Amino acid sequence: MSVPMNVSILKFDAVVVGAGGAGLRSAIQLSEAGLKTAVLSKVFPTRSHTVAAQGGVAASLGNSEEDHWRWHMYDTVKGSDWLGDQDSIEYMCRKAVEVVVDLEHYGMPFDRVDNGKIYQRNFGGHMSNFGEKPVRRACAAADRTGHAMLHAMYQRNVKANTQFFVEWMALDLIRDPEGVVVGVSAMEMETGQIAIFHARAVIFATGGAGRIFASSTNAFINTGDGLGMAARAGIPLEDMEFWQFHPTGVAGAGVLITEGVRGEGGILRNADNEHFMERYAPNAKDLASRDVVSRAMTTEIKEGRGCGPNRDYVLLDITHLDPETIMKRLPGIREISIQFAGVDPIKAPIPVVPTAHYQMGGIPTSYDGRVVALGADGENVVVPGFYAAGECACASVHGANRLGTNSLLDLLVFGKSAGDSAVEDLKVGKAHRELPKDAADRARSRIEAIDQRQGGVSVHEARQAIACAMQDHAGVFRFADLLQKGVTRILEVEKMTQNLEIKDKSLVWNTARVEALETENLIEVAKATMISAEARKESRGAHMRDDAPNTPEFPNGRNDKAWLKHSLWHREGNRVAYKPVRLQPLTVETVALKTRSY
Amino acid sequence: MERAAFERLRWRCTRRGMLEVDMVLGRFLKAVFWKCSESEQQAFIALADYDDMALWRLISGRDECEDARLTPVVAMLRECKP
Ligand SMILES: Cc1cc2nc3c(=O)[nH]c(=O)nc-3n(C[C@H](O)[C@H](O)[C@H](O)COP(=O)(O)OP(=O)(O)OC[C@H]3O[C@@H](n4cnc5c(N)ncnc54)[C@H](O)[C@@H]3O)c2cc1C
Repeated sequence: MSVPMNVSILKFDAVVVGAGGAGLRSAIQLSEAGLKTAVLSKVFPTRSHTVAAQGGVAASLGNSEEDHWRWHMYDTVKGSDWLGDQDSIEYMCRKAVEVVVDLEHYGMPFDRVDNGKIYQRNFGGHMSNFGEKPVRRACAAADRTGHAMLHAMYQRNVKANTQFFVEWMALDLIRDPEGVVVGVSAMEMETGQIAIFHARAVIFATGGAGRIFASSTNAFINTGDGLGMAARAGIPLEDMEFWQFHPTGVAGAGVLITEGVRGEGGILRNADNEHFMERYAPNAKDLASRDVVSRAMTTEIKEGRGCGPNRDYVLLDITHLDPETIMKRLPGIREISIQFAGVDPIKAPIPVVPTAHYQMGGIPTSYDGRVVALGADGENVVVPGFYAAGECACASVHGANRLGTNSLLDLLVFGKSAGDSAVEDLKVGKAHRELPKDAADRARSRIEAIDQRQGGVSVHEARQAIACAMQDHAGVFRFADLLQKGVTRILEVEKMTQNLEIKDKSLVWNTARVEALETENLIEVAKATMISAEARKESRGAHMRDDAPNTPEFPNGRNDKAWLKHSLWHREGNRVAYKPVRLQPLTVETVALKTRSY
Repeated sequence: MERAAFERLRWRCTRRGMLEVDMVLGRFLKAVFWKCSESEQQAFIALADYDDMALWRLISGRDECEDARLTPVVAMLRECKP
């Protein structure tokens, strides 16, 4: 049985796609302003990926020691390798205190110190006095910050009468002939019914897309649906070449092994049992920064010194540590290793590879959460009716590299500002714009094609092909020749994704169909990443190329003269355009260009 | 178990907030679920309803399960390795 042709139309003031941190935060603004608000999610809200965030959220509260939003701003600009927009960064760092206090009011159980103030801890890259020494800026709720955040904001939304559509998958963005966004099409998984959510404002908060890589710390849900929908609707994707990798993910699984393991004395070894970090970073060794360690690991593997039958991982060795230290100081690590690598790290080393962790790029927005496309003269042009926040968006505060704990902050600040901007925009012109006649056509024809195709490619095969192509050609450390071949390869893989076939044709709970639709989103993100990465001929932040090494003329391989600009990948023609970085903050002086070194 | 009910369970097991939980539940569904007794299947379904953090703490042995009816399946999840 195939999808029914009748399409119901549901009318709301605002529709939020995504019920993770960003979606819930923006929905609070919308509902509390009295707007009729729908939130769609593929899963129950508190199962969104935000739940995995444990480290904390950055805010210069200054509870434990002196701190200032300007120092936070400096760290964020530097972390971004100067690719972050300084107006957005100022906005985020200044708003941090406010959004954390909001969370307190929503009942978030932050850890506290004796005087009742929120406890704060150190986190990599956060410094006091413009990079002088580490500062305690991360606010956390034990090891369940993301979890507590989702629960607090979900409850707040329930109180504010936000309407949740759980296990609904948004399929495509709907724009009218003038390009104004007027809604989304979506499918209810339980019934297979398609509906149109007709709205005056659409906010995307669909999270990241780490599943384009074979090795990722991201949960399976992170398939970049919002990016796929935006790209199909003609909206460019910004800075998609920038992905933060974590050096130590369990090989074959991607699951994160925290930095703490190397902090406690863990050693990386190659197939010759060599402690190879001694060669790459004689002083810091295994404690060198994430990018240095990842790059060393990749070089070892590329030069044939990887371990295992395919020589495709290295080993993280803690067998020399006292088992009691492992159990006490590294709780959970032993279980992760046993569960996902099948080895007890007390007895044998853990196979690890660098693993994709966070997507810096996304749907281009300004700091008010409004989505912006590129005008004819290279200026930002607002896409009316469309807003985005969280990991799917690019404001851009993380630029070429995100600082830990800044993403939870990003989703709070820009979730809130996107909601506020929509509220403001909806004050004028109360009526819904007319839906185009073909509003449901794209979604319907995608589904029909998948349902009716015979002799096509399985979803599993296509996903494997995407993941392998991305891992092989656009991993943590990039090579010019591999990137070039990667572009050809990903365009070949795209043909597979245009030819997906599912065996199960049932209407209700057809997860095969949902996975096929997700795959059509993954490929858009994969193309955007590969093509933007091939095009950017410098190294900057997380984008490291072998043909752009560290030289006196170009420290760290960064070339500001040619490349201090944002990439904008357009789906049509796979064209990459560029726009300038906004170096002017809102009220303070620019953080001047400098070589990034820690 | 009907197809639709199983597919819904599969979705709820493999679209979690945490990758760790996605992987363990997915593995269990594939390799163990159909060999389970009906009461074990029911216990698994009940566990799949736990939130991610709580479930991962049970699977990784950081917490012990207080519900005696679920304990055998928690043990099976702990044993369910690649
Ligand atoms: C292991 C791990 C640890 C981390 N730790 C930290 C940390 O300590 N501090 C920090 O700042 N950051 C951390 N991060 C990053 C941070 O967790 C994420 O960037 C952030 O949670 C993303 O939130 P979001 O609201 O944008 O998206 P998500 O929380 O991923 O939510 C996305 C939502 O969109 C919905 N959705 C997606 N597609 C569709 C669709 N087609 N239709 C309907 N709904 C859809 C989903 O159902 C979900 O509700 C960590 C990341 C990982 C992987």
